[in-house]
Amino acid sequence: MSIIEPHAVSFSRRHLLTCEGLSAGEITSLLDLADKAADLNRQVNKKRDILRGRTLINLFFEASTRTQASFELAGKRLGADVMNMNVSTSSVQKGETLIDTAMTLNAMRPDMIVVRHHAAGAVELLAQKVDCSVINAGDGAHEHPTQALLDALTIRRAKGRVGGLTVAICGDILHSRVARSNIYVLNALGARVRLVAPSTLLPTGIERLGAEVFTDMWKGLEDADIVMMLRLQRERMQGSYVPSTREYYHFFGLDQEKLSRARPDALIMHPGPMNRGVEIASAIADHSRSVIRDQVEMGVAVRMAVLEALARKLPNH
Amino acid sequence: MKRSLQPTEAPGATAFINARLVDPASGRDEPGGLLVVGHEVADLGPHLRRNAPQGAHVVDCQGHVLCPGLIDMQVFTGDPGQEHRETLKTASFAAAAGGVTTIVCMPDTEPVIDQVALVDYVQRRARERAIVHVHIMAAATRGLKGEEMAEIGLLQRAGAIAFTNGKFSIANTRVMRNALLYARDFDALLVHHTEDPYLSSSATMNSGERATRLGLPGVHTFAEVIVLERDVRLVEMTRGRYHASTISCAESLEVVRRAKVKKLPVTCGVSINHLTLNENDIGPYRTFFKIRPPLRSEEDRVAMVRGLAVGDIDVIVSSHDPQDADVKRRPFSEAADGAVGLETLVPAALRLFHSGEVGLLPLLRAMTINPARLLGLDSGRLEKGAPADLALIDLNTPWVVDRDQMRARSTNSPFDEQKMQGRVLRTMVAGRTVYQYGVSERS
Repeated sequence: MSIIEPHAVSFSRRHLLTCEGLSAGEITSLLDLADKAADLNRQVNKKRDILRGRTLINLFFEASTRTQASFELAGKRLGADVMNMNVSTSSVQKGETLIDTAMTLNAMRPDMIVVRHHAAGAVELLAQKVDCSVINAGDGAHEHPTQALLDALTIRRAKGRVGGLTVAICGDILHSRVARSNIYVLNALGARVRLVAPSTLLPTGIERLGAEVFTDMWKGLEDADIVMMLRLQRERMQGSYVPSTREYYHFFGLDQEKLSRARPDALIMHPGPMNRGVEIASAIADHSRSVIRDQVEMGVAVRMAVLEALARKLPNH
Repeated sequence: MKRSLQPTEAPGATAFINARLVDPASGRDEPGGLLVVGHEVADLGPHLRRNAPQGAHVVDCQGHVLCPGLIDMQVFTGDPGQEHRETLKTASFAAAAGGVTTIVCMPDTEPVIDQVALVDYVQRRARERAIVHVHIMAAATRGLKGEEMAEIGLLQRAGAIAFTNGKFSIANTRVMRNALLYARDFDALLVHHTEDPYLSSSATMNSGERATRLGLPGVHTFAEVIVLERDVRLVEMTRGRYHASTISCAESLEVVRRAKVKKLPVTCGVSINHLTLNENDIGPYRTFFKIRPPLRSEEDRVAMVRGLAVGDIDVIVSSHDPQDADVKRRPFSEAADGAVGLETLVPAALRLFHSGEVGLLPLLRAMTINPARLLGLDSGRLEKGAPADLALIDLNTPWVVDRDQMRARSTNSPFDEQKMQGRVLRTMVAGRTVYQYGVSERS
C-alpha cells in the first residue's frame, strides 16, 4: 500500500545528494508525502510494505544518534531490511578506502544506502561507484538534505506555509552542512533567509547562495518568523574561532532578550544535539514556541518520504 | 646497463629542412633549416631550408615549428622513495613526449634531496636512465622543514642548479632572510613556493562562492600574496636572487611587477594549469583539479595570461606532479594535490596562442631561454654551437587527450579527454632523437 498516489510524486531522482538544484515542486512533493507519513506515524499500526524485500544500509563514517535512528526507523516502518554499519574513522584510515568500502557494500546488492561522512563530496563519490540509490545523511560542511527537508516540514506544519517567512539561521555557518542545505530549500520555497554569526564563522561568499548576513544577532532576529540555532562544536569555542563559550553565549546565544526581537509568534528550532548554555539558553530550548522535538518527529516522516520517493525509481518497482 | 630506448639515429649529422625556425632568444621566426652535427647545432638559417649536406639524416619538417627544446623548471618525481608514482626514467619519457629536453627535479622526495650524497645519487640515476637532461633543485632547508639551512655551497658544487623549499613556504622570516643572504654569496637562485601555512592549513581549494557551495575549506589568494610581499622585502634587504615558483593570482603579479620596477632580482613563474584552468573546472569534487596553489578565479587566470604576454611572468612550468589513483580517488579534502603536465605542456600552452592571447615567441620564451638564463644553462636557444636540444611542433592538428596513452607512470591529468590543437612531433636531446610522434619508443 502506498501512502500517496504515484502520479502525485514529481520527485524523480535516483539519489538524494544535495538540496542545491532541487525545485520547489520536488521539495513540495516530498513534503506532501512526508505529511501523510507523519499522520500515519501517529497511528498504532505504523508499518507499511512499500520497501518489503528491499535492503537499506545505514553507512555512518561519523557518529550520529538521531539521524541514524531516524533512518533506521523510517526504513523499518516502510518494511525494508535495515542494516547499520558504523565505520569508525580509525579503521578506515587503517587501509580500506571509501571506494573499497563502497564496492564491498555494492556487492551485497543493497537497494539503498544512507551515508554520512566527514568529508565534503564523499557521498557523491560513493554514489558514482554503486548501483543503488544513495541518500546523503551529511557530508562534511557540504550538505545534509533530509535535515533541511524536515526543517521545512516542521515550519510548514506550524505556520501553514514557508514562502514569505523570514528565517534567521544563527551560529556556526562556516562548518554547517545544515545551514547550506537550509539556504537552498528555504530559498526554493520562497522564504527570506538571514544568517547570523560572527565573521569568523561565516564562509566567504555565503551571501551569494541567497541570504542576508548579520554579525549582530539583535538586528538579525528583528521580526524573524523562525529562529534556527546551530550547534557550535566544542573544539571551536576556545579561542580559535570565538574567544570563549561565555563570550559566544553573550553575543550569539539565544536567550529571552534576543528572542524578544523576533516576532512574538516566532518558532525556535535546533537540529540537535544542543549545547544548552552555549548557543541556546536552557529555558528557551524548552520554550512553548520551541519546535525542537517536532523536528525530531518530522525527521522520521521526511526520511520515510525520501525513501518512498527513491523506491519508485528502483528497478522492478 | 640496458637502455630501454634506442635512439633512432646515432648522434651524427641531422638536417632539419623545410622548417619554421622559431627562436625566442634571438627573436627569429622564419622559414629555414637547421643542421645538427654531433651534440650541437652546426648551422641554421634560411639558406638551409632546402639544402642538406651529403650523408646527413634528413628530417623534412613540412613547415612545422622547430624551436629550442623546452626547459621545465618544476617537475616532481617519486625518485627516490615514491617510485610507484614516477621515476626519473618515466618522467624523462613523459618529458620527451612533451618536447621538454631539460627537467629540473624538485627535492620533495623520500628522502628529501638536502645532502650532497643524494644529489650524486639522483644525478647518477638520471645519467643511467633518463633520456632528457635532468637537473636538481636542492632543498634550501634541511628536510624542507624551513628551520635550518641546507649545505647550499656544497650542494651547488655537487651540481644542484638552484635551491627551493619545494611545496612548502619557509614560514620563519629569519630563516628566509638568512637563506637569501647566504645563497647570494654563491650567486645561487632561491625558488620559493609562497603560501602562508597558517592561512592555508586544511584548505583544499580557492576560497569563494565555489568552495562555500562545495562545503570545502578555502584558502584566500592573500595567503600567497602575504608571503610573496614579505619575500620581496627580504630581497630588498639582502639582494639575493629570488624566483617565486608559481604565482596564481592578480595580486601576486602586482607584487612582482613592483619589485621589477625597483630593479630587484625578482622573477616569477606560473604553472600551465593556472594559465588554462580555473576553479570552476573542479565541478563536483574532481580531484584531478586539486593542485597547489589551488586553481583560482577566471579573473586571476586572465591576469596570469596577460602577465605572461607582457613579460612580467618569466617562466611557465608544467608543475608535473604524478599521483597514483589511490591518493586521488578519495573525497576531495582527503585527495592528494598535484597534476601531471609534461606531456600536455605544449598543447595546453598553445591554447593561449590559438586564442590570440599570447604570441608564439613570448609563449616559447617562458619555456626556453628565460628558464635557461635564470638557471645558467647554455640551452634554450637556436644558435650555432648551442646544444642540439630541439622540439618540432605541429601548431594546428586537433586531437583529444587520452590519459591511457600517456607515458608518465601516473596519469592524473586535468586535461584528460580535453580537446587540444597542436602537438609535439619530434624531440631531440643533444643530437639524439628521443621522441617521435607515432613511433613507439619502447623498442
